[in-house]
Amino acid sequence: MKPDSVIIELSPEFSVGAKQALQNTQLRRNMGKATQTIRAKRAAVVGEVADWEELRDAGERIKADTMAHLDVYIQQLEKNIQAAGGTVHWASTAAQANDIVTRLIQATKSKHIIKVKSLTTDEIRLNEALEAAGITPIETDLAELIIQLAHEKSSHILVPAIHKNRSEIRELFQKAMHLPDLTDDPKDLAAAARTFLREKFMSVKVATSGANFAIAETGSVCVVESEGNGRMCLTLPDVLITVMGIEKILPRWEDLGVFMQLLPRSSTGERMNPYTSIWTGVHPGDGPQEFHIVLLDNGRTQVLGDSVGRQTLHCIRCSACINICPVYERTGGHAYGSVYPGPIGAILTPQLVGTEHTSSLPYASSLCGACYDVCPVKINIPEVLVHLRGRVVREQHTHVTGWLDPESIGMAGLAQVFGNRVTYEAAQAMGKLAQWPFVHEGYIENGPGPLGAWTAMRDLQAIPDQTFRQWWRERNKHDDNA
Amino acid sequence: MKIALFITCFNDTLFPNTGKAVVTILDRLGHQVAFPEEQTCCGQMHFNTGYQAEAMPLIKRFVRVFSEYECIVSPSASCVGMVREMYRYAAEVAQDAALAAQIDLLAPRVYELSELLVNKLGHEDVGAYYPHRVTYHPTCHSLRGIRVGDAPERLLRAVRGIDYVPLPAAVECCGFGGTFAVKNADTSMAMLSDKMRNITGTRAEVCVAADNSCLMHIGGALHRQRTGVKIAHLAEVLAMEEQV
Repeated sequence: MKPDSVIIELSPEFSVGAKQALQNTQLRRNMGKATQTIRAKRAAVVGEVADWEELRDAGERIKADTMAHLDVYIQQLEKNIQAAGGTVHWASTAAQANDIVTRLIQATKSKHIIKVKSLTTDEIRLNEALEAAGITPIETDLAELIIQLAHEKSSHILVPAIHKNRSEIRELFQKAMHLPDLTDDPKDLAAAARTFLREKFMSVKVATSGANFAIAETGSVCVVESEGNGRMCLTLPDVLITVMGIEKILPRWEDLGVFMQLLPRSSTGERMNPYTSIWTGVHPGDGPQEFHIVLLDNGRTQVLGDSVGRQTLHCIRCSACINICPVYERTGGHAYGSVYPGPIGAILTPQLVGTEHTSSLPYASSLCGACYDVCPVKINIPEVLVHLRGRVVREQHTHVTGWLDPESIGMAGLAQVFGNRVTYEAAQAMGKLAQWPFVHEGYIENGPGPLGAWTAMRDLQAIPDQTFRQWWRERNKHDDNA
Repeated sequence: MKIALFITCFNDTLFPNTGKAVVTILDRLGHQVAFPEEQTCCGQMHFNTGYQAEAMPLIKRFVRVFSEYECIVSPSASCVGMVREMYRYAAEVAQDAALAAQIDLLAPRVYELSELLVNKLGHEDVGAYYPHRVTYHPTCHSLRGIRVGDAPERLLRAVRGIDYVPLPAAVECCGFGGTFAVKNADTSMAMLSDKMRNITGTRAEVCVAADNSCLMHIGGALHRQRTGVKIAHLAEVLAMEEQV
């Protein structure tokens, strides 16, 4: 059965979705252009900061300290939000969070809500739950709106419509907003969205949001965005409901200074993002008069229990790892089948929902390490990938069928061969003999069995007549004689 | 100096010329090479594919075979990375404190060839002559894993007769990634097709790197496409001398 959150589609294997995506010329072109552009922007603004590495160290330290004392900080946050007039709700699962939000909206009698872009609400599939309850959610982030109108799923955590170009967006808006004369000029597209959304901002009285940060010592919640549509949702409605993963807490107000330097540069490649909204509870006559925050676990405390995997919770959702990833650049986000694509998705998704449906994700990486280098909080993504691969194999080996898998048999056999010098040297000799029917002019161009996956696309250099160790022995024999 | 050669199973079996080249270079520089014949495989393929239990005996074997040597060199950045970056983690997973202590002592003595030559021994000109147009692909494990820096390029630029041409977008992965190359063969090839375009764009005759595993992937496609561009391990270029 499909998990009730995080996973978008149960694609059987990453490689299957990837193969389809790789054949999509428009996607390859859009993704290649977008990722190359954002990489260059990020590199330029990061290069301006002399103490960037110290900032990364500080970010890592603050997050590690937060995770080590999360129980303390989360209660401090609860107390301070309540003291400022907000209401705190706790949800251990996606279903619980959706129930809480649905009931809060039903209490207002509103049939519509406006939404600030939020990955966490995507994670719990809030929109589906609300629609089932007869409530219409309206996405107000431009890219989220595009995805919602297209009835598609996000392919990037920051720019969900990265896989679409402006002519595709024009067609979509023409139909959805009844604008037959709309051009594909980005200015005209933005103006059309603005007209469409302004009417919603002025009429809808309930909003939902996620959160980039919440400060334990003050009870403040922070949303960072580019368009200003988020601020409309955070200030105009009467009721604001925020859904936040428990790992988003920062202990102190001053910690925000570190992350406000790390996040925009890593994320959009900007020195500073255009809109930063921070609010603390409610204030009579100013902004929403009712504020609720739903603190979501949904697998996070389990991740916290794993000493290697735990660093995944340090993620501030900047998407630098996604943008730099050579795999993501070519496959796009949908192949990952999760709300969280790219390198961070490959380590977060299996940890949140288990490896049963996600066992191919930790393998969706060449372990090139570019993600680790750009991560603003120094999550060692390659290390966690290898760690999770170990978990996948261990879980596979809890069933007899797992041991009988051809790869598993091959790996066990090779481990035996390598375990002993005699068997190792015998295997080298066997390899030379076994390859001869397939070798032509020093190369295997059409290999049998598992070699086929290699030779379908590349030639394979044949094993030479003499191994290094044979040469070494011969050389020393000559030396001894001399 | 006495230097133990960690040849790696991959080079021992598939690329013996690379090992011979390392011996030639170290000989030329006046060092004594030892080859512990009990060595087999460092366990990287097993470990990185998730077969951690299967890798443990190989890790212990490596530690046993090489612990007696003061200085160990390998012509493979990824296998050196396995020892230096992953062995410690493997010992922790296995909850083997004694092994972890041995690794702490051994791992810093294991060098990749260009690191050993440039950073430890202080050589840049190793007396090589190679009159060919050459480009260099910095493999991920040499660049971002063990961080050899510009040591390989410095060695190449000092080679007499060489026509060294930098590779555009050099830092991007070639798509090999060990078992990634077969588990995700399509994505691997999509990455390689861009790498090949950059390599052939340099008009180099030879693409050089510090890992034969990546080179087998790159060279396999260069050969399939009949580009006429060859691959060569850095050691094989540095071993070449002018014939008088």
